[in-house]
Amino acid sequence: MRVTLFIPCFIDSFYPQAAMAVVQVIERLGHTIDYPEAQTCCGQPPFNSGFWDEARDVARRQMRLFRDAEVVVAPSGSCGAMMKVFYPELFEHQPEEAEVRALAAKTFEFSDFLVNKLGVRDVGAKFEGRATFHDGCHGLRELGSKTSARELLANVKGLEMVEMSEGESCCGFGGTFAVKYPQISTAMAEVKCNSILETKADYVVSNDLSCLMQIQGWFDRNSGRTMKSLHLAEVLVQR
Amino acid sequence: MNGDREAILGRVREALRVPAPRHHEKPAPAPGSIATAPFREWLPVVGPTHEDRLASFMRLSESLRTEFVNCPTIELAGAHLAKLASDHGWERLATHAGDLTDVLAEHVRPREVLRIESDYDKNALEACDAGLTECECLVAQTGSVCVTTRSSGGRALSVLPPHHVVIASRAQLLPDLTAAYELLAQKYGASGYPSFMGFINGPSRTGDIERILVLGAHGPKKLTVLLVP
Amino acid sequence: MSAKTQFHADSNVTTADTDRRAFVRRALGGYKTTRAKTETAYASWEHARDAASAIKYEGINHLDAMLEQFEQQFTARGGKVFWASNSQQARDYILGLARDRGVKSIVKSKAMTSEEIHLNDALEHEGYAVIESDLGEFIQQLKHEAPYHFVFPCMHLKRDEISALFEKELGSAKTDSPEELTMIARRWLRRHYIEADMGISGGNFIIAETGMISITENEGNARLTCAHPRIHVALVGIEKVLPRLADLALFLPMLGTAGTGQNMTCYNSMYGGPRQPSEQDGPEEFHVVLLDNHRTRLLADPEQRDALHCIRCGACLNVCPIFKNIGGHAYGTTYQGPIGSVITPHFRGLQDWKHLSGASSLCGACTEACPVKIDIHHHLLHNRRNAMKEKPALLEKLMWKAFSWFMNQPRLYAFATRFTPWALALHPLVKATPLDPVQSWTKTRDFPDAPTKTFRQLWKERVR
Repeated sequence: MRVTLFIPCFIDSFYPQAAMAVVQVIERLGHTIDYPEAQTCCGQPPFNSGFWDEARDVARRQMRLFRDAEVVVAPSGSCGAMMKVFYPELFEHQPEEAEVRALAAKTFEFSDFLVNKLGVRDVGAKFEGRATFHDGCHGLRELGSKTSARELLANVKGLEMVEMSEGESCCGFGGTFAVKYPQISTAMAEVKCNSILETKADYVVSNDLSCLMQIQGWFDRNSGRTMKSLHLAEVLVQR
Repeated sequence: MNGDREAILGRVREALRVPAPRHHEKPAPAPGSIATAPFREWLPVVGPTHEDRLASFMRLSESLRTEFVNCPTIELAGAHLAKLASDHGWERLATHAGDLTDVLAEHVRPREVLRIESDYDKNALEACDAGLTECECLVAQTGSVCVTTRSSGGRALSVLPPHHVVIASRAQLLPDLTAAYELLAQKYGASGYPSFMGFINGPSRTGDIERILVLGAHGPKKLTVLLVP
Repeated sequence: MSAKTQFHADSNVTTADTDRRAFVRRALGGYKTTRAKTETAYASWEHARDAASAIKYEGINHLDAMLEQFEQQFTARGGKVFWASNSQQARDYILGLARDRGVKSIVKSKAMTSEEIHLNDALEHEGYAVIESDLGEFIQQLKHEAPYHFVFPCMHLKRDEISALFEKELGSAKTDSPEELTMIARRWLRRHYIEADMGISGGNFIIAETGMISITENEGNARLTCAHPRIHVALVGIEKVLPRLADLALFLPMLGTAGTGQNMTCYNSMYGGPRQPSEQDGPEEFHVVLLDNHRTRLLADPEQRDALHCIRCGACLNVCPIFKNIGGHAYGTTYQGPIGSVITPHFRGLQDWKHLSGASSLCGACTEACPVKIDIHHHLLHNRRNAMKEKPALLEKLMWKAFSWFMNQPRLYAFATRFTPWALALHPLVKATPLDPVQSWTKTRDFPDAPTKTFRQLWKERVR
């Protein structure tokens, strides 16, 4: 299968190693990666801020860019949800409506792609350690994906998974919310991170790096304990 | 004088000119469904027999802290009531006229029995230790007692005294709330509903302080249901 | 101070109160597990939600006919209906009633509509003694404080605080037992149910078919409020309609389950008129005040009309991480939490209250918890969009215009992002200082470490 990658803007800049891990995991499964270099952002920041015209301007180029793709995979529940759930709303009653629906139908979040599109549950990874999984809210509730990532992690040899008590609680990132309401956002991070600490895990794994930026950012500043956050692909790529 | 009736209705009609999108899917009926209400089958289900209903009502009574006694005869129900009266030292009992209550009230001998009739003394009711009533029905699905002004001696008798005792007969134990509403409609739909109807689930309670359960907030601290053949 | 400035100030204080936040979180911790367990008793909770949503849709989208039918049925049984466009009209009607009928004392059961129209202040101003009888509301009334949560009014208070309040206001002895505190209130309030001339309640549902008001409660105070006082006034929002009496067979259990995790609330009472000729007790008069107070404004927005499906169960507050961290008072609204953030801009002005829609991470826990499937968190997005459409913040508009222009220049974008690793490497020099462009992040959190290259660069090298 020819897999077209969408690497969200902040992953491109801040977390290139996670994106590279996505490439490797998919290639090892025998698929070809296509990365259109003209891609930029999905348009979620202006969308969430209420500037839908500006969001549409960004989304339109994304749509054109992926027009001929067979499948589009994004290693982020949040940007995946933007394309799968919010594009159709953004373009409701607009000329592009049919086209965004087609794009939505062939777009997958990384773990959802592996499990539900490729039918892969064991990628043959090996990783020693104790980890807990953080559900990004967009992946969990907009895309309704709770089990895919967990199934993949359950099959990683040497990895011990443990659930946290605040598993489904938001980490407090929320895009521009994190900087518009930093106190509230940080209070939410504190609850989340304390719940992660309670599990005595060495790693916190997620399929949403925006959440991990928040979680890691809180740990680095506030906790005496080192905590390592990893994108799901960074675990699955280990052998 | 009814206020801004026309203005409000006008605004409502104007607003409704544009239809709203639906967020619900049309619920499909379950295969082989016998439900009369479109939602009945999605609610907690109770089995078809009287024993199923009994089991469900008993289980829920326990979790609701209702004292439920399945009495083989009405005499034994009377004996249980007498025991409650002596155990708790009731001095005053309030009740209303009814086939079951009349028989049962014979079994207890508190110092005073207050009959709730038109223009009863509400201060006297407040001074009672217990209220004995009949009911419209019991609901197995929820552990509820359904009372109305008609069946249960008005509005206050079943809520003001600190102990509410309900007497019901076997046939009154219905499977679910829908059946209860069917019964009420059948009984009162044509002639007019009682001005108060209510489902009671256990003794009065509150969780307002630290979300900790306390029984007997303002209504009865105890609820006893006596089921007779 | 504007509502927004106040919100920022208050939420900064409340989020810093770690102890109170932990207390509130603990208090709501039980809710999650109890509710999950109760849901499993349903043959299908998800289908039940669908059915509930469909019934409320039917009611709200035929609101005119529903209200007329209610009025006709209710009036035929001797009830009086008053239609109030706004707070003033509702207050004036109830005050007029109290005056005309020579009312001396008033007992109230919990009604958020009365908080909405500030009824107590108006009644007390005219010299009436008004007693709140719901335990939580009673405590809040003694404390001269608004409810913290529209279902659990005093959930933020600890038992020793309540004991101290009772000592001061009621002269009771100190205790740390919630049961003893409850009994103090019980004893205090008991006489009022019998002596009050007027009972004021809210209403959970308006039954169009049979002309009834349905009231759900746990304590029995509402039943007592509606039993002996000679006048009963129910103050109810027009959106509370249900088409049929038997619809309650769905809504009563669902309200209990979503609200507190109970399989059904303790008392679910349906009132269809004043005392009838053959009845032993009940009020001589029963007045229902149907309150609009800008609900029709929300009704006129088809996109968000489903927000009127709300049955005020409070589930969205119970699961909301914002609510749990900032607390109910920081909202500054009658209706707190996610649903409050959706509807308040419609009731009290979008520009003044849009900040509540911004103060959300859009996690969607509210929508998932809602028993009638209101699209709560998406409506927060809609409010944000509508606010910007109506009156765009100029600077922000320019910024997003620039953003979208930049994102449409892939070459420039690729060129610019090559400097990200450098920028990140230099960032520690200004971190968390006023010169830091991302200081509202870095004041409380660190920024990611600098990678050596962007993915785009790595990919290029790899392809080559």
